[in-house]
Amino acid sequence: MDLTSVNSALRRVPSWLIYICGLAPAVWLFWLGLTGGLGVEPIKALEHRYGELALQFFIATLAVTPARRFLGLNLVKHRRALGLICFAYVVCHLLVWLLLDVQIPSQILADIAKRPYITVGMAAFLLLVPLAVTSNNVSIRRLGPKWRRLHQLSYPAALLAALHFVLLAKGFQIEPLLYLAAILLLLLLRVRIPTLRRV
Amino acid sequence: GAIGGGLAQAQEAELDPNTWEEVTSYCNFYEFGTGKTDPASYAGQMTTSPWEVEIDGMVDNPGTYGFDQILSEMTLEERIYRFRCVEAWSMVIPWQGFELADLLNLAGVQEGAKYVAFETLLRPDEMPGTRYPVLDWPYREGLRLDEAMNPLTIMATGIFGKPLPNQNGAPLRLVVPWKYGFKSIKSVVKITLTDQEPPTSWNMANAREYGFYSNVNPEVDHPRWSQASERRIGGGLFSRRQPTLMFNGYEAEVASLYEGLDLTKNF
Repeated sequence: MDLTSVNSALRRVPSWLIYICGLAPAVWLFWLGLTGGLGVEPIKALEHRYGELALQFFIATLAVTPARRFLGLNLVKHRRALGLICFAYVVCHLLVWLLLDVQIPSQILADIAKRPYITVGMAAFLLLVPLAVTSNNVSIRRLGPKWRRLHQLSYPAALLAALHFVLLAKGFQIEPLLYLAAILLLLLLRVRIPTLRRV
Repeated sequence: GAIGGGLAQAQEAELDPNTWEEVTSYCNFYEFGTGKTDPASYAGQMTTSPWEVEIDGMVDNPGTYGFDQILSEMTLEERIYRFRCVEAWSMVIPWQGFELADLLNLAGVQEGAKYVAFETLLRPDEMPGTRYPVLDWPYREGLRLDEAMNPLTIMATGIFGKPLPNQNGAPLRLVVPWKYGFKSIKSVVKITLTDQEPPTSWNMANAREYGFYSNVNPEVDHPRWSQASERRIGGGLFSRRQPTLMFNGYEAEVASLYEGLDLTKNF
């Protein structure tokens, strides 16, 4: 399949448009939460929706490389935007949890230490912080080859993020496992098996 | 129905119920899906009439009791109770129903019975959630006999003076106000008197997290949620947490049931 025209069209999409479209749901969901559109328990609903969007943008970001390699679809220009939008949703998710949900500082610390799904989620967040901070041209230039290695932290971060969702589900639920499966698949596609490598 | 009993009247006076919309739109009823609004969306397809409850085990009059037959024998009354979910949210709900003790006495509890086991309807063609192994269906719950006979324990048939909506456990459900909500089993089709502690669904799924007793206790943490505080549904996006009360505020009525029991071990 020849995607040349699709790829050149995608290249012409300005980054600011990706940021605006990607982040608009954050504002819209908050507005819905304020005005009753998220049901009678808007705090949990908002927390969960932000968390799901973070996972979805994480998956989109991780899909950029395999999409180019296996489908010829080139979204590399927009990978930074996708990654930073993912991080923005992680921050929104965390802020709703801290400020609206738990509220009590001592309980926040106890939760991080005592509850495995929160420990895991917090670890994923901490791994993403240096990636967000270095998602700019200056850092890429300064860090050189180290930049690529640093950004491989996104792999363990994605696994922890998916595990965070799996661990918080009550009973046996399929949805979190689908996110985990998608992330595992996208990571496996990066494993280069020497005998299959084409020159 | 007439307001009867007299128990918990003091608390009732200060309790301000949630709204109909809150109580009927935010539910856990995994037979219809794990989302909070799934029960309101999908429970409408559950057939609740005719409805029969099988009462068996250590009773003098085992058999199948029709819902209308049960209603004709019972006196309905209103009970406004706090409702505390193990997920650390809560509501105040005006129930109509009758004391479980009255139903058990109708069946005639035999000497030696120590526990009461309950089962929810399992009808996969009307309950989309049961097509997935979220839990080991049918949903099962249980009480110690003295808990079941406590006057606070009711079988509810309505809320806000109307018949129970399907998502809230129509036509007949248990309400045990001092225990986490999942103990208050919905849409009951079977009640068994036994001398053995019965298996219960959440305990079977994860015994470390869900004990047989599951009494509301702010001092005993659930591994995933602190139980020290709760959020009352209906306060909007900036709702504050409030402290959780021992036995959900029914300590005076039920603490004596657990004298001598280590509540951190028997959680």
